[in-house]
Amino acid sequence: MIPFWIILLKIVVVLGVLMTAAALVTFLERRISAFIQNRIGPNRVGPQGLFQIMADLVKLVMKEDIVPTAANKTVHDIAPMISISIALCTFAVIPFGNTIELFGYQVKLIIADVNIGILFILAMTSMGVYGVSLAGWSSNNKYSLLGGLRSSAQLISYELAMGLSIIGVLMVAESLRLDQIVMHQTRYLVGWLPAWNLFVQPLGFVIFFVAAFAETNRLPFDLPEAEPELVGGYHTEYSGMKFGLFMFAEYANMITSSALITTLFLGGWHIPFSENWGVSPLVMSLLQVLAFCVKVSIVVFFFIMVRWTIPRFRYDQLMNLGWKVLLPLSIANVLGTGLAILLISS
Amino acid sequence: MTLESVIFSVLAASAVGSALLVVTRRNPVMSALYLIVNFFCLAGLYLTLHAQFIAIIQILVYAGAIMVLFVFVIMLLNLGDERKLSDGVSWKKIVAAGFCAALLMEFVYILIYSEPSPAVMSASMATEIGTVEYIGSQLFTKFLFPFEITSLILTAAIVGAIVLAKRKLD
Repeated sequence: MIPFWIILLKIVVVLGVLMTAAALVTFLERRISAFIQNRIGPNRVGPQGLFQIMADLVKLVMKEDIVPTAANKTVHDIAPMISISIALCTFAVIPFGNTIELFGYQVKLIIADVNIGILFILAMTSMGVYGVSLAGWSSNNKYSLLGGLRSSAQLISYELAMGLSIIGVLMVAESLRLDQIVMHQTRYLVGWLPAWNLFVQPLGFVIFFVAAFAETNRLPFDLPEAEPELVGGYHTEYSGMKFGLFMFAEYANMITSSALITTLFLGGWHIPFSENWGVSPLVMSLLQVLAFCVKVSIVVFFFIMVRWTIPRFRYDQLMNLGWKVLLPLSIANVLGTGLAILLISS
Repeated sequence: MTLESVIFSVLAASAVGSALLVVTRRNPVMSALYLIVNFFCLAGLYLTLHAQFIAIIQILVYAGAIMVLFVFVIMLLNLGDERKLSDGVSWKKIVAAGFCAALLMEFVYILIYSEPSPAVMSASMATEIGTVEYIGSQLFTKFLFPFEITSLILTAAIVGAIVLAKRKLD
């Protein structure tokens, strides 16, 4: 039995790393966007402008918190809390390493190894709608309300494709537990190709990736906050740290989505061919955590690159893509996977 | 009191409290929000029974899908204060109150006079029933026929909804 304080330690470490990483990604986004647009970007505060994060944070905290007179004050306060708490607690079921020998205990590198793993993440992402739509409604501003409504419609539409694209992965791995799904990807196909779901479920991977962009409200699907038409969307009437929490939740969601993509499709913490390296178990565990972080960083980098490369969709295009392209494709993927499993097993 | 009964009491009390708030709030959005809180309390109660799957489905389907649509529609209609819509004491309300009182009396009677059911499951059995594997295998073997019938009814309902929503069939 693992003592309580180790579980507490895991929670503190994961939350700390996740929040630091989210803050770091906001800075990275500004530097990478500057690089893509041939600008310099924030590089004055600290080495390479790294302390810009602290400056931003101080600015957000010191700013006055303005609540519109006509707003529903309670809900206006609760909405950013919902967003941030959901963004942070989704990470609880993601395995960021295998097991590690710590103070004489075999500790699994996952906060909560629950039976329902992936369903927990789907449930949490579906709760994320409330933060955005309540923010839009409580502000009592037509642009905010439109942004909130758009986001609800968008999240509902893409949740279906997202959920169905995972089913293929679940059928292959025969488990809802995320650590089992990673374990299943540590085998090899035809002797040398790692059995990552990227190669086993390519269609599912593409659908999940596109849906993840929509679920995190990132360009090309950031219609809830489309500046030219909606001022700022659901967070138009938010200022100071409450606005900061929404931004922070967006980046935390992006990291969680990247971690989920890594876990489901990119082999999680698995390093291909590392079985024959013959390093000690402790070094191996640390290397696996490092591999997980590297893979997540690559996906996050891709998220940022796409944001600054592809223009925004029109709203009807977004809905058409979700309902008429991604949803049928994901259903076809489920049927195809079922057929393949049947043929291989018989 | 054990930890489990403390958790149960807290969850049960907040479930009842939020349910009361659902029917007493004037603002429909606030009612919907308290209903979501209620669903979360129920999900917590399922967790105390080791039914992880049922708990998460409660959140995923009711709080995450159905209530999102409810909130969506309420926001789209932008319903304001309900006070203008309400009409004093009518005969409908009196009859409804009578039925509620009768139902309450029945519950109280059952709670006081009924014998404990002999078919109480053992704790180990309950742990097994809550898992995804158990529900899945039962659903696709023992309860396959009702399962398929349910899916047929749901398909019919979806088709019906589309037909009703489409103003003109072309």
